[in-house]
Amino acid sequence: MQIEKKILKKGSLGKLFEKISASGRRILAPAQDGENIFFKEVSSPEQVARDYIQTTLSAKSAVFPACEKLFGYKFEGSQVKIEDRDLNFKPTVIFGLRPCDARSFSVMNQVFTWDYQDEFFKKRLENTAIIGLSCSKADQYCFCASVGGGPGDSQGSDILLTQIGSGDYLAEVITEKGKELVSIVPELFEPAEGEDKEKYLASMPKQFELKELSEKLPGLFNNPELWIEQSLRCLGCGACAFVCPACVCFDIQDEAKKEGGIRLRCWDSCGFSLFTLHTSGHNPREAQSQRWRQRVMHKFSYFNDRLGVIGCVGCGRCSRICPADMNLLEHLKAIAEAK
Amino acid sequence: MTEANIYKPYLMRIEKAIDEAPGIKTFRLLFVNEEEGKNFSFKAGQFGEYSVFGQGECTFCIASSPTRKGYIECTFRQAGRVTQALANQEEGEIIGFRGPYGNIFPIESWEKKSLLFIAGGIALPPLRCVIWNALDWRDRFKDITVIYGARTVADLVYKYELEEWSKREDLKLITTVDPGGETPDWKGEIGFVPTVLEKASPSSENTIALVCGPPIMIKLTLPVLAKLGFKPEDTFTTLENRMKCGLGKCGRCNVGKFYVCKDGPVFTLAQLNTLPAEY
Repeated sequence: MQIEKKILKKGSLGKLFEKISASGRRILAPAQDGENIFFKEVSSPEQVARDYIQTTLSAKSAVFPACEKLFGYKFEGSQVKIEDRDLNFKPTVIFGLRPCDARSFSVMNQVFTWDYQDEFFKKRLENTAIIGLSCSKADQYCFCASVGGGPGDSQGSDILLTQIGSGDYLAEVITEKGKELVSIVPELFEPAEGEDKEKYLASMPKQFELKELSEKLPGLFNNPELWIEQSLRCLGCGACAFVCPACVCFDIQDEAKKEGGIRLRCWDSCGFSLFTLHTSGHNPREAQSQRWRQRVMHKFSYFNDRLGVIGCVGCGRCSRICPADMNLLEHLKAIAEAK
Repeated sequence: MTEANIYKPYLMRIEKAIDEAPGIKTFRLLFVNEEEGKNFSFKAGQFGEYSVFGQGECTFCIASSPTRKGYIECTFRQAGRVTQALANQEEGEIIGFRGPYGNIFPIESWEKKSLLFIAGGIALPPLRCVIWNALDWRDRFKDITVIYGARTVADLVYKYELEEWSKREDLKLITTVDPGGETPDWKGEIGFVPTVLEKASPSSENTIALVCGPPIMIKLTLPVLAKLGFKPEDTFTTLENRMKCGLGKCGRCNVGKFYVCKDGPVFTLAQLNTLPAEY
């Protein structure tokens, strides 16, 4: 649909939140939690964190929880009774999602629906509307523009807000879902006259050529020096995967007591040595350098080949959180320059 | 399996449990819900996720032939926590099964060809599925040869079927055990599979070779097959990377851009030659 531009007054957010809540939707928004900022259920704009570059975690768990029950079961004598999951999820509005994170939702969508349809993800996504928030600031870890996004990129958002000079928001209504949200309180969305968001956006130069990088990677697979050098500091802690908005690899585990239990799916990381370990003791990705190579290849080559997306949105969280100070952007630039 | 939840398994009753060899068991599984059983179908080469409720899931092939309806069989070694728990299940007990997943051996395209099966140890089950499938369609194929080896006589699986196959005139069976693994009354060969293959020297003319076994056996068997004239595109094997979902999502079974659970487990040697050595 044609993107519609509106003005949403800063002072109207309270009313917007109130009406969204009244319509039976929960609102997830960035909220300060000690030193961290997480997406939490809020009811008023006062609870929303201010003046941050990036939230500690994205809102990934709203559609792909860190740990999710797939089904339950009961033991009844020698019988087993499966109790299927209820797939009715509460309608949700995610407010204030950065454009990079909004973009990650389409990356996840590709994985969960490219072949077998994962209804847990699908139903959650169907029930979720995203009010994105453009970035007016960035730091040295951000590189969204190098992986196809941008500080004002609208992909993935249903409505994208950009704070303009007056402190009010330029609201771009991008999808039908966005239009539906506007229709809850149409009076708050005033006509926008010739407002242009560009001048309010963070400066975000391209740091490498994505297409060239993706095409180059398969040829670098058998270049152990490159991967060893890049991963020498890697502790294999998996923190990068757990903060990544586009990482979707998971584990399936059971938790049970005497009378029954549940089967769970939980976030996992290709950085862990156990990830690919065979019961026999054989491990196809035995060394940390092979696991680092997998992380880079999966996101920038395999994803692209198989699903037509890049498994990275340039949010920079992995570099901010890495306890060994590995920096994905610097590594990608080095790969782009490698022979 | 409902369409809504792709992670929900079928409930299967263990109709028969067979001790094959030390640490190796075969289960014959019946669908608890008969309707699900009627609607279930698979093809040779496919695999599934077998689960012990409370312990988790483990991955292996369907070892019975798709021509035998109404049940599936699996043969597994007690190796990790889940397979250990699985082995402790008794006849009549309920386990879970998700599947069938993965690609297939293109057996329907092998009409009028000869088939050479080469297996080592616990890797006979994925080929046993194809062997029975071929035997049930016997008139579609020319010669069928099976070369099967294990470390010791005790380690051979499906001993009762080996006995049956050895009596058939439409199948040539060569069994072998590693030197020192024989018993006084052992009538088969003594020697490693690649050596026995070279000695038997089957013709590669119009013949498909299927090889499953431990990595070292495969590594040493492939050069012999090449010497005998088998082309890489006519040589098939299966990969057994660790899996969780079986659905092309959980991210651990990939070899380069290929998912073993979606693009495999069956690969030709020609395909393997193009993959990074990440298996």
